[in-house]
Amino acid sequence: MSPLRRWGAVLLAPAMALLIALAISGLVMGALGVNPFRVLSVMADFGDTPSQQVTQMVAVLNRALPLFLAGLAVAIGFRMGLFNIGVEGQYRMATIIAATVGAAVVLPGPLHVALIIAVAMVVGALWAGIVAVLKVTRGVSEVISSIMLNTIALGLASYLLTGPFRGSPEGASIVATAEIPESGRIGGLNGVFDVLGLANPPRQLYGFLLVAVVVGVLVWVLLQRTRFGFDLRATGLSPSAASASGVDARGMVVKTMLLSGAVAGLIGLPDLLGRTYEYNSDFTSGLGFLGIAVALLGRNSPAGIALAAVLYAFLDRASVPLQAAQLPSSVVTIIQGTIVLAVVVANEIARRLSRRAAERASRQAPSAPVPQAPQPAAAQEVTS
Amino acid sequence: MSTTTSTDTSAPSGVAGRLRGLTGARRVWLGVALLLVLISLVRVVSGEDALTSSSTFSAALLLTAPILLVALGGLYAERAGVVNIGLEGMMILGTWGAGYAGYQWGWQAAIIGGLLFGALGGLLHAVATVTFGVDHVISGVAINILAAGVVRFLSESVYTGRDDGAGITQSPGMASRPPSFSVPVLSSGPDLLGRLEELHWFLVSDLAGVLRGFTTSVGVLTLIAVLLVPATYLLLWRTAFGLRLRSCGENPVAADSLGVAVYRIKYIAVIISGALAGLGGVVLVFIANIYREGQTNGRGFIGLAALIFGNWRPGGLTGGALLFGFADGLQLRSRSAVVALLLLVAVLLVAIGIWQLLRRRVVQGVLALVFAAAAMAGYLTIEELPTGIVSFTPHLVTLLVLSLASQRLRMPKADGLVYRRGEH
Repeated sequence: MSPLRRWGAVLLAPAMALLIALAISGLVMGALGVNPFRVLSVMADFGDTPSQQVTQMVAVLNRALPLFLAGLAVAIGFRMGLFNIGVEGQYRMATIIAATVGAAVVLPGPLHVALIIAVAMVVGALWAGIVAVLKVTRGVSEVISSIMLNTIALGLASYLLTGPFRGSPEGASIVATAEIPESGRIGGLNGVFDVLGLANPPRQLYGFLLVAVVVGVLVWVLLQRTRFGFDLRATGLSPSAASASGVDARGMVVKTMLLSGAVAGLIGLPDLLGRTYEYNSDFTSGLGFLGIAVALLGRNSPAGIALAAVLYAFLDRASVPLQAAQLPSSVVTIIQGTIVLAVVVANEIARRLSRRAAERASRQAPSAPVPQAPQPAAAQEVTS
Repeated sequence: MSTTTSTDTSAPSGVAGRLRGLTGARRVWLGVALLLVLISLVRVVSGEDALTSSSTFSAALLLTAPILLVALGGLYAERAGVVNIGLEGMMILGTWGAGYAGYQWGWQAAIIGGLLFGALGGLLHAVATVTFGVDHVISGVAINILAAGVVRFLSESVYTGRDDGAGITQSPGMASRPPSFSVPVLSSGPDLLGRLEELHWFLVSDLAGVLRGFTTSVGVLTLIAVLLVPATYLLLWRTAFGLRLRSCGENPVAADSLGVAVYRIKYIAVIISGALAGLGGVVLVFIANIYREGQTNGRGFIGLAALIFGNWRPGGLTGGALLFGFADGLQLRSRSAVVALLLLVAVLLVAIGIWQLLRRRVVQGVLALVFAAAAMAGYLTIEELPTGIVSFTPHLVTLLVLSLASQRLRMPKADGLVYRRGEH
C-alpha cells in the first residue's frame, strides 16, 4: 500500500471526527444563542503583531507539554488494556514531593534538576504501584482503585501543603511549598526564536520540551522495539494468547503501571521547573483526565499524542480571549469532550469497516492468504 | 438477600459450621448486631459519643441516599452488561437539572429535572456503547469530561449577569423545600428514642441513637431511595423483564437467540441508570438547597464502588452505600470521632487476623495483625486528624474494604463486553 493511502487511512478517522465534533458543538452553541463562527474566529485569532503571535504559540506549546506527558502515561496503560485513570493523583503527589525535595537540597545545576526529575518519577511510579499491587494480589479493578487514590492524593497533597511541606509565610493568600533555588530550574528555549528569525516573545518556552521529546522517543522505542514492549502490546491485544506464550501477566501489570506512573510523575514538572518553582494551591489541575482524552485522540502512539496535545492546548489557550470577548469560555470543554466521543466512535466505525473489507476480500479469494487489516492503527488499538 | 443460602447438608460443626448453617438473612442480621455491639464498645472506650449519636446517623442516612441511588443506577446498567463509569457525569447533569428546575418551579420539578438530565446522560452512553460499540470505560470517561463542560456552559448561558446570588458556579435557591418526615412519639413529640439516647447506656443508648437517626426528619428522596431497593430487587429478580435484562448481562448471545431484544433492553437499562444517578444528584441539591459546581465530589464513583462491594446485588450495595454514608457523615460531624474509627478498625483487623491464623493462612493473618497494630498506634497517638486527611475518609474506607473483600465478588459475565449482533 502506498504511504499516502496508509497515512490517509490513519488520519481520516480523527479528521472526520474533528469536523463532526465541531459541527455538533456549533449546533449546541447555536441552540443556546452563542454565535459559533464568532467563537471560532476568536479561537483562531493569535493577535496582530509578530510578537503577540509568537507569544500565543509559546503559550500553546507550554500547555501542550504536560498534556503530551499525561497522554503518554495513559497510553502506556491503554496499550496493555489497563485503564490508568489515576494519572491525576500520581502527578499531584509526584509534583508536591519533588517540589519539596528540590527546595530542600543544594546541588550543582544539572544534578539538581536530575534529582527532582528522578524523585517525581519514583513517587509517580509508587503511587501507581499501589493500584497494580491491589489489582494483582487482591483483584481490585484498577479503575475503581485509581479513582479512589485520586481523591486520597488530592486530600494528602492539601494536607502536606498546609502542614509539613508549607514554605510560604503564615497568612499568605496562596499557600505554597518553599521555592526551588536557581540551580534546580530549567531555563527557557527562547534562543530558538532568534535562530529562526522570529520575534522573541516575553514568555519563555519551557526547556522541559527537550526532556519531553526524549521521553516520547524512549517510550516509542520501548514499546515498539523491545521484548518488553512486544509483551506489553501482546498482552493488550490478547491476554490469553500472551500468557499462553509465556508472558507473566501479573508481572506485566505491575511493570506497566510502574512505567505509566513514572511518566505521569513528570506531568507537573514543565510548570514547576519552568515557571512556578513551587507547588501551590493554584497548581494546574485536571491534566490527568485530559490525558485520557489526548491518548484516545492520539490513538496511543507518541506522535499522535503529540499532535492531540497541541490541538487540546490550542483549544485551552482560547478560554482567556473568549472571556475577554464576552463569550462563554466553557465551549472549550464542550468541544474537547465532543471530540473525544466523536473520535472513539469514529475509531470504532473505521475498525468495523476495515474488518468488513478484510472479510469481503477473504471471501472473494478463499485460497489466497487473509490480507492484513488495511489500517496499521487498527491493529495497534488495544482499547477496542 | 445479598448472600447466597447454603446448600450444604452435612452436619455443621464448630463456629464456622454453625455460621455456614445459617441462612443468608440471618447471617446479615448477626453481622449487623455484632457490629453494633462492637461500635458501642468502641464508643464507651473512646468516649466519642458522635460515633453512634442520632445526628451522625441522620447525616449518614442523608449522605447514603445519593450513593445508594447512584449504586442502584449502576446496578441496572451493569446487570444489562454495560459498565457505567459515566455515573459521575450523569449525577453532575442531574444536579444541574435539579437546580434549574428547582429554582423555577419548586422541589417536585427539581426531581423531574434531575431525572431527565441524568437520563439524557444515560442515553448518550447507550448510543455510544450499544449502537456504536465504543469501549464502555472510554465512553464513560468522555461523558464525565463532557458533563462537567456542559453544566459549566449552561450555567454561563443562563445564570450570568444576575443579582440573586446565582453565577457561573451556582444556581439561585430553590423555590420550595422538599418535605421530610419523622416517626411520631418515638422521634418527635415525646421523642422517646432521643431521651434514651441521652442516657449514654452501653448498647441501649447506641441502638436508640441509630434508630432515632434513621427515623428523624427523613427526606422524601431518602424514603424513595430506600423503597427503590426492594422494588429493584423485585423488578430484576422476580419479573420477566428483569430476567431478560440480567440475561443481557450474562450471555447476550443466548438471550438474543431466545428472542430477547438485547439492544433495546440495554438502552432501557442504561437510561434508567442515568436517571437514577441524576436522582442521586437531586438529593445533593436538596441538601444544599442550590446547585453548586463540584457538588458531587466524586460520589458517582463511590456509588460505583458500593455496587462492586455489594457484589452487584441490591442488598449488598445498600450495605456498601451505608458504610460510605456513615464514613461521610462521621467526618462531617466530628473530626475526632474519625480517630475513634481507627480503634474499630484495629479490633476488626485483630478478629480477622486471628480467624486467618486459625485457618492456617499465616501471611494474611500476620499482615492483618500488623495493620491492626498500626491502627491501634494511630488511635493512641493521634488527637485529631487534619481536614485534608479527614476529607478522604470515605474513599480510604472504600479502598480498604474493596481490597479486603474483592476476591469473592462475581460480576455479570458479559459486563463491559461490547455486544454486536451476529458477530459471535
